[in-house]
Amino acid sequence: MSRLPSPITIERPHPDRRRRKRRSEAATAWTFAAPSAVIILGLGVVPVVWSLLLSFQANNLVTPSHWTGLDNYRALAEDPRFSEAVRNTLLYVVLYVPLSMVAGLMLAHALNRRIRLVGLYRTLIFVPFVISATAQGVLFSFILDPDFGAANAVLHHLGISSQGFLTDPSQALLVLVAITLWSGTGFCLVVYLAALQDVPQSLIEAAILDGANRRQVLRYVTLPTLSPVSVFLVLWQTINALQVFDLVYVTTKGGPLGSTTVIVYFIWEQAFKNGAAGYGAAAAYVLAVVLGLTAAILRIVRRRERRSLEGATA
Amino acid sequence: MTATSAPPYAAPTVAAEAPTPPRGRRRLPFSPWHLLLLPLSLLFAVPLIWLLLSSVMSNAEINRFPPALWPSHFDFGGYRYVLGNAMFPRWFANSLIVSVATVAGNLVLGTLGGYAFARMRFTGSRLLLGMMMATMAVPFQLTMIPTFLVMKELGLIDSLGALIVPSLVTPFAVFLLRQFFLSLPRELEEAAWIDGCSRLRTLCQVVLPLSRPALSTVAVLTFLSTWNDLTWPLIAINQETQYTLQLGLTTFQGQHHTNWAAVMAGNVITVLPVLLAFLAAQKTFIQSITSSGLKG
Repeated sequence: MSRLPSPITIERPHPDRRRRKRRSEAATAWTFAAPSAVIILGLGVVPVVWSLLLSFQANNLVTPSHWTGLDNYRALAEDPRFSEAVRNTLLYVVLYVPLSMVAGLMLAHALNRRIRLVGLYRTLIFVPFVISATAQGVLFSFILDPDFGAANAVLHHLGISSQGFLTDPSQALLVLVAITLWSGTGFCLVVYLAALQDVPQSLIEAAILDGANRRQVLRYVTLPTLSPVSVFLVLWQTINALQVFDLVYVTTKGGPLGSTTVIVYFIWEQAFKNGAAGYGAAAAYVLAVVLGLTAAILRIVRRRERRSLEGATA
Repeated sequence: MTATSAPPYAAPTVAAEAPTPPRGRRRLPFSPWHLLLLPLSLLFAVPLIWLLLSSVMSNAEINRFPPALWPSHFDFGGYRYVLGNAMFPRWFANSLIVSVATVAGNLVLGTLGGYAFARMRFTGSRLLLGMMMATMAVPFQLTMIPTFLVMKELGLIDSLGALIVPSLVTPFAVFLLRQFFLSLPRELEEAAWIDGCSRLRTLCQVVLPLSRPALSTVAVLTFLSTWNDLTWPLIAINQETQYTLQLGLTTFQGQHHTNWAAVMAGNVITVLPVLLAFLAAQKTFIQSITSSGLKG
């Protein structure tokens, strides 16, 4: 005779034991999260408040500081060197961000096809992006050396007179933009290339069936689907460009004649060279507010765009 | 001629945008896009080729005008100088220690934190995560002055510790790993718990083997940003023996501006690890870099 399977009964866990288990779970979770929380909050949140306090003080990083109220901010508003730094930074952003994006988009369009060597081209254009700003700066101060540099040698061959490049106040900032374009265009390229490869083939085929030529496909199908990526790139490139420092430090140290003093260079110089940490902190707060506003504006644009895209497909 | 101006990209690209008649295209044995892409990609490569060439030239060849465009013989004097007399080996070791420590820190602490926030419930976890994420929006310039003061209080200024501690774990690593863990199917982990695995063991033996893509992204981005950083070492380090390569290179250039062969040899040593890592794992690098931005 076959035996019937006996039902398995599991004893209900005692409520006390369950609570203990949950408590030990919470303890494990805290042990897992605590190291990151301590480091990130300790060096992320605390300094934000501290910086704000510093910006209302006169502080030289060594002796005790004293309160000066809004003096630092008032002085910033009147400091011609600070307004020059703001102007230089904005000029740098206005030149670099659109140029890098347009160049990146064009290169991505050129590279988004099945021809030989495409992988090699992409590698060559992208590789400067992984090189540090320091190495770029040292390399280009060598290439652009007004006396012995290769750039002037080439110009000489072409019959063009020698240029000052980084030593010429009217050229230095433009040269820095060009160096950053050399290294930063590759980033826009790979981002656009990834986005182009994500454009649904069915959309393109549908447009061709409807009689669109290649140019119309680009204009009315491909480019509109790229707009979320473009909004992201504007934000990303602008935030990075507003924070440019390493390259300036290595190549020009803000000179010649203050023509390449950008905001972060100004902050660093005040806080760590001139011993005016409170003043530097105030300048840093101005920068942070500008960065925050940029991000907020672009987030609104992005949301509106997403809504309009959803509206179009609905 | 090098990458000194933007117009060179714009002009030829626009010209090539014009639709080429299909008949003309047939005549070329290769795609006409090569005519545009080959010179452009060489334009991007030329500065780096020049970096390599000048590092094996003699100063006599570099310092005459116009400089030799190809070395008459390979002269390794620059390398001998920076490896023998200068502090480059020491700086290289410092950079390596700092990079390895921050990569390891981000992987270990980021995994633990990310897993806790993805899978475990504890009081205050939402608030804690929210605050940690909010710090991602804070620019480094705002925190660098107080961070310097904190490091000074801890007695870490002028030591590699000052370079390691602030980037030991970033909110980015925690966030990225958390998002990745959330995307994994829960059932696998539940099966492991039923078998009696502890949380830590489940994490190490079930979750981590599935997390290679996210872990390599964190490793690549942490390595790149640590190895390439100049701002923070410049602030936190004064003593030459504690320099990183980036800081050492720029100081060395300031002191040896006539010895370009040595400066370029030092520059090659500074970029080579990143360059080799990039060429060895190109796909991972590009995917990490593009995904980092798109998710942020």
